[in-house]
Amino acid sequence: MLPFTIEKVRSVEAAIAAASSGRRLIAGGTTLIDLMRDEVEQPQQLVDINALPLSEIRVDRSDLVIGALARMADVAAHPDVQRLHPMVAESLIEGASPQLRNMASIGGNLLQRVRCPYFRMLDAACNKRSPLSGCAALGGLNAGHAILGTSDHCVATHPSDVAVTLVALDATMRVVGPKGERTFLVEELFRLPGDTPHLEHTLLPGELIVEVRVPGGPVGRRGRYLKVRDRASYEFALVSAAAALDVADGVIRGARLAVGGVGTRPWRMRAVESALIGKVPDRKVFEAAARLALEGALPLSGNRYKLELLPRTIVRAFEMTGGIA
Amino acid sequence: MTMAIIGRPLARVDGRAKVTGAARYAADFNQPGQAYAVIVSATVGLGRVTGMDSAAIEKMPGILAVLSHLNAPRLAYGQHKSYIDPATGERLHVLQDERIRFHGQPVAVVVATTIAQAERAAAALRVSYNAERPVVDSAGPEARPIVPEAGRQPDARLPADKARGDADRALAESPVKVDETYDIARENHNPMEPHATIASWNGDRLTLWSKSQFVVNEQAEIAAIFGLPLENVTVICPFIGGAFGTSLRTWPHVTLAAMAAQHVRRPVKLVLTRKQMFFTTGHRPRTVQRIALGATADGKLTSVVHEGTGETSRYEEFMEALTSVTTFLYSCPNVRTRYRLVPVDTGTPNHMRGPGEASGVFALECAMDELAYKLRLDPIDLRRRNEPAIDEGENKPFSSRSLMRCYDLGAEHFGWARRTPEPRSMRDGRLLVGMGVASASYPAFHAPATARARLLPDGTAEVEIAASDMGPGTYTSMTQVAAETLGLPVERVRFSLGRSDYPPAPSHGGSWTMASVGSAIRAACIAVREEAAKGRTDRPIEATASSQRDPQAAERFSMHSFGAVFVEIAVDPDVGTIRVRRAVGAYGIGRVVNPRLARSQCTGGMVGGIGMALMERTVLDARDGRPVNAHMADYLMPVNLDILQLEAHFVEEADPHVNQLGVKGLGEIALVGIAPAIANAVFHATGKRVRALPIRIEDVLTA
Ligand SMILES: Cc1cc2nc3c(=O)[nH]c(=O)nc-3n(C[C@H](O)[C@H](O)[C@H](O)COP(=O)(O)OP(=O)(O)OC[C@H]3O[C@@H](n4cnc5c(N)ncnc54)[C@H](O)[C@@H]3O)c2cc1C
Ligand code: SF4
Repeated sequence: MLPFTIEKVRSVEAAIAAASSGRRLIAGGTTLIDLMRDEVEQPQQLVDINALPLSEIRVDRSDLVIGALARMADVAAHPDVQRLHPMVAESLIEGASPQLRNMASIGGNLLQRVRCPYFRMLDAACNKRSPLSGCAALGGLNAGHAILGTSDHCVATHPSDVAVTLVALDATMRVVGPKGERTFLVEELFRLPGDTPHLEHTLLPGELIVEVRVPGGPVGRRGRYLKVRDRASYEFALVSAAAALDVADGVIRGARLAVGGVGTRPWRMRAVESALIGKVPDRKVFEAAARLALEGALPLSGNRYKLELLPRTIVRAFEMTGGIA
Repeated sequence: MTMAIIGRPLARVDGRAKVTGAARYAADFNQPGQAYAVIVSATVGLGRVTGMDSAAIEKMPGILAVLSHLNAPRLAYGQHKSYIDPATGERLHVLQDERIRFHGQPVAVVVATTIAQAERAAAALRVSYNAERPVVDSAGPEARPIVPEAGRQPDARLPADKARGDADRALAESPVKVDETYDIARENHNPMEPHATIASWNGDRLTLWSKSQFVVNEQAEIAAIFGLPLENVTVICPFIGGAFGTSLRTWPHVTLAAMAAQHVRRPVKLVLTRKQMFFTTGHRPRTVQRIALGATADGKLTSVVHEGTGETSRYEEFMEALTSVTTFLYSCPNVRTRYRLVPVDTGTPNHMRGPGEASGVFALECAMDELAYKLRLDPIDLRRRNEPAIDEGENKPFSSRSLMRCYDLGAEHFGWARRTPEPRSMRDGRLLVGMGVASASYPAFHAPATARARLLPDGTAEVEIAASDMGPGTYTSMTQVAAETLGLPVERVRFSLGRSDYPPAPSHGGSWTMASVGSAIRAACIAVREEAAKGRTDRPIEATASSQRDPQAAERFSMHSFGAVFVEIAVDPDVGTIRVRRAVGAYGIGRVVNPRLARSQCTGGMVGGIGMALMERTVLDARDGRPVNAHMADYLMPVNLDILQLEAHFVEEADPHVNQLGVKGLGEIALVGIAPAIANAVFHATGKRVRALPIRIEDVLTA
């Protein structure tokens, strides 16, 4: 680990000023410190933002508003979150471990870095960590890697669970920076690797995530998050699906679907959603729609099974929204 | 004057010390003026070190030394081999030459005033290599099996080839056959406590506070490596935070800590990182095994062929009991076993809980299940039809064997009668339910040991032996043996272990601690008791006594523990997740000294078995031999949610032959049998036979 300094800021302005001068924000530290220990991240100056008043969770009209510093555990346990958007709570509970969830913030969660093992090994080729060095995962262990949105330069999945549900629900995020405030879809935070996998998100220098807003509405209340993995807890998703249906008079009026574990960013499945509209929800309909999820999917040497697992996970997630046991 | 302390479910005598943090582990023995050493590990899988820019990091703050093959002292590396070292080959001589034999081999050690300085400099050290492509796939096209040297003699403990009758001919003539190959991934032990050593020299005397399951051997090994008289080295290790075999041998980091301390002339502490624990501290070798079974139409075995291959390093032949159980588990006139090794460019494997037996029994017990289905027999019934009267491999009676009683007891607790045999026939809602069963076995070993007991005038006693307690509860069970033998309440007995200057104990592995150490303690306590009976004295009464197995009994009987393992799993037919809902084990292990500890041992072994069956796998990158998932988030082991209901039961078993305590030992057997029971349950649930471990979602999906 390289030596570093750490200072605490007490106002959003001070945080922006610090971040604009090249210092690195730290919230729960569960991603950042971990990577600093391996010297994958090497910031020399940290700015502790935990004293900022950004941890509130509230309902604004019908929207759910989550402060960037709200902890995963607190958000998951919040009655409004469970009532309005059970899938958000579910995707948080299914992530990491209790100890990590007590520390980890929502803002930090969205900006967590990939779990590709080669990314953490300084002696392995990794374009994301050191541009133009190559991608060790392409010819190595890639069972957990992506089948959607990959490039020859990087095939790592975005690891966040809650980001998948936020993308499914059209959540937006408010950020403030030296040039003022912006609000955009959470989905727009994430970049595709292309030939610049080291650039992961669309925040501008000095920008701070303030809050995430999840629009209310009937669809969210019946959403479910299904995370599939080899052990029951404390593992990233092999495949996950955030699915929600708005059914009226036995017919699907609205559908939401985003998937995790398969894309280089949380992956919204609009084609699957459209295919469901106007249909009577049943397994056959879900299966037919889920096949569309594989469009453009490119398996790697070790993750061909995801072609099978992805549609199955989607079908199951939609079944769960209907309470099919 | 028996007070029946043996057999009582006492809580751990060291429990309080452990939960309050008073128990001190190797890395807790910080010494005044101590410096810190960090190992730099090779980043290539084969080749040579061609250069090292030590000068650059020597200027960094706090750096006391950078040791590599360029400047490290040439150590004596005197001859020394214990039974826990491979019989053939020579241990890695660390920092003695520029050759890289496997990925992660130590190439330098950086010593600094603080741990942060040492870590920083170790990360900054630039090493250049002449790299070659290693061969790490022991089942790949470049693999070349060899006959293990130490198995060539027919009377070897682990014979490379063993046969009775004509198994191949009998197989060809058998009306019913199973002939399959089973592949088990490499595993790493991954105990909670990392390997750690603090080394401190005083002139030419060396003290090591070091994580070890075998302190007297660590003493002898380090004395041999440094060319010191044995008595100049003391090894201390009162507590172990789990080991599962990884601390049986003395690995290179112990040598490096001592070398560094000698060089900088102050105590040095060296703790391996989690990642480094995948490099130089052994692993369960990957094995590939063929099992062929032949049977008559009514389920009598006519032929058993077991051919197993394990990986080893290029410089040592690590052997384990891969095919041993096959020679005596069932009755069969024609049995042939073959054991081979495949040297690859890796560090030497070593024993991991249930070494050999866990892997070998997996293959055999899966094949038995396959045979039961071919014969349309209940798998327990198949085993009953082939229950032997004696050990047919050794042609000796068993000192005791309760396998069928284990099946009866286990089946009752598990509710085996409710099982319908047809695959995919049991459901719970959407979920497919599978029930599987397998036999377990492990030898009842015994090794010579010596203990010292001392009765003090205040009516308390002290007992000492150089044994270890890696978690099974040695402190408690040995206190029980001493208290009962001396006729004292347990509170009046102070039991100490983990110092090489105590009377010698064998390695803390192989499930022989209770038998060997317990018998020695019993002998020492009897000697003290007899002395005390001669009359009152106000001086301490001390006796040192040894014990070993009655050689005649060893000659006459075959001695093993047996068990039957039952598992219920649920498989999600949509997404392929496999969950172990409950496991029930029934064991015949002779006398149970402490049922509470014994159950804890068994459930711990079951957790290990669940890991072996469904999660654990060290993935090597074929390009450079790197263990890619050398990280606790990537090397999966069961977490709480994966271990739901685990139960262990013991059949009453009086075995007068194994030793005077009547104990067969318990530890290794608890992991044996779990993985095949799970694999068999996966078949029962899904109709899909997976013959490679770990069984993962992707294996079930492609059903
Ligand atoms: C072993 C392990 C298992 C895990 N398993 C899962 C899992 O299953 N599912 C899952 O979703 N996650 C998982 N995680 C990831 C975990 O959720 C993230 O580490 C955590 O959410 C990050 O939050 P933090 O507050 O600790 O971020 P930090 O580490 O403090 O920061 C992360 C990054 O975000 C930046 N940042 C933080 N807050 C802000 C802000 N308000 N504005 C701008 N930038 C900011 C920091 O500068 C830094 O770059 C796991 C992590 C570990 C270590
Ligand atoms: S997949 Fe991405 S993160 Fe992984 S090695 Fe390749 S470039 Fe690096």
